Amino acid sequence: MSDTAFIEIRNAAKSFGAFEVLKDINLTVDRGQIVAIIGPSGSGKSTLLRAINELDPLTSGEVWLEGVQINRKLPHRQYEKHVNQVRQDIGMVFQHFNLFPHLTVRGNITLAPKMLKGLSTDEANKLAEEQLAKVGLSEKIDEYPSRLSGGQKQRVAIARALAMRPKVMLFDEATSALDPELVEEVNLVMKQLAEEHMTMIIVTHEMDFAASVCDRVLFMDQGVVVEEGPPEVIFQSPENERTRNFLRKHLARANGQA
Amino acid sequence: MDIDLILRVYPFFLEAALVTLELALLTTILGLTCGSLGAAARMSRSRILRLIGATYVSIFRGTPALIQVFILYFGGPQVGIQLDSFAAGTIALGVNIGAYMTETIRGAIQSVDKGQTEAARTLGMSRWETMRKVVLPQAMRMMIRPLGVNINALIKGTALVAPISVIELTYTAQRFIGSTYKPFEMFLLAGLIYMAIIYVTGQGIAWLDRKARIT
Ligand SMILES: Nc1ncnc2c1ncn2[C@@H]1O[C@H](COP(=O)(O)OP(=O)(O)OP(=O)(O)O)[C@@H](O)[C@H]1O
Ligand SMILES: [Mg+2]
Repeated sequence: MSDTAFIEIRNAAKSFGAFEVLKDINLTVDRGQIVAIIGPSGSGKSTLLRAINELDPLTSGEVWLEGVQINRKLPHRQYEKHVNQVRQDIGMVFQHFNLFPHLTVRGNITLAPKMLKGLSTDEANKLAEEQLAKVGLSEKIDEYPSRLSGGQKQRVAIARALAMRPKVMLFDEATSALDPELVEEVNLVMKQLAEEHMTMIIVTHEMDFAASVCDRVLFMDQGVVVEEGPPEVIFQSPENERTRNFLRKHLARANGQA
Repeated sequence: MDIDLILRVYPFFLEAALVTLELALLTTILGLTCGSLGAAARMSRSRILRLIGATYVSIFRGTPALIQVFILYFGGPQVGIQLDSFAAGTIALGVNIGAYMTETIRGAIQSVDKGQTEAARTLGMSRWETMRKVVLPQAMRMMIRPLGVNINALIKGTALVAPISVIELTYTAQRFIGSTYKPFEMFLLAGLIYMAIIYVTGQGIAWLDRKARIT
């Protein structure tokens, strides 16, 4: 593995049965880098993201984070221990928030740090307050998720992930399930993380957002990375025909909707 | 209709109702125990445990409860299991309803959104921690109602131990018919008491369900 690589994915392949979802993907992400993954539906973006934290383990290939191989082949018990450990370093935010509905915002944020990092209730509460302040939701600390708007839910989900002090954050279409007017508040939180140099891999359909915060953009189609480069290049002068087609269609759709 | 007769015999029926209640309570406890173990087995990582769980469910749901009661009480002694009728009845009915509860509990656990497990696992929580802190608290709320349906069936099912002479409601009704020749009154009285028990239990379960609802 190279010296600077923080995250390295090597020869990643993944099949569901006979269906190859990922085909020989290579990707390195440096510390503090922000990478966007774009591509048509079904191209394997979520699968790639979920391979990074072993939610959808690869069929073959390797995933490394700071010199530690995430997808080590180990006997079951050791493997479980290993993934539980490495997952603490990888925050993930889902399209549908996945907040725990039976817990308050505070409970959502403090559950894992208390259980896994041995934080006392006081310490955990302080942590929750701190993270909530960061996403601008301090006053919601004792609410249940059902009382929050979609944008608020997603910000709490981000705070919950951040409370584990992850080394990298993965976002899988964090704003796709939101009403248009709630997208911006979540984007703002993500931008703020970018300013703090959080390493992030962001699967998104929002090209403007990708262009404004990301250092690099990957275009995926049918399980391969077709083209990658800085956002200026990918969005303004893509080399590959498939990338151009995708962006053209996407733009047409976005304009059609507006 | 012989009201006088009803007024004369009803204290005996109330006493028998206590036995029915006791049966129902013990059966519920045993059923919940078997149901929890059965559900755990059916969702286990081990293929053998899954097979055991599935076999348990298909045997006990696939044969009449009355046959299960008879096998244990009449057939038991042949293989060295000697139980009095109350014990045999309770065990047979408890293990029987446990098979239904297995499916109820498993269904509730599996109806918790997969995203919940994914979110918890992503934070680094283990399978068991996820089950205990995230999935079960949500599943418990969802299983109250369907377990209530199982309990309703089990209360009515306690009548199946009358043929092995457990002195519960149905048996008592039959006994009094032998001496009074008034089956209509006797079964009506037993039926009314069953109804009262089921009504109160149903209210209790509805109350629990309301209380457990996520705000
Ligand atoms: N658990 C699974 N079993 C079988 N096929 C799957 C599974 N998960 C994903 N797939 C398939 O893999 C392909 C890639 O899915 P993936 O979710 O990674 O795409 P995506 O790029 O994230 O798409 P979208 O933009 O719609 O989210 C799809 O064809 C999908 O149907
Ligand atoms: Mg996806």
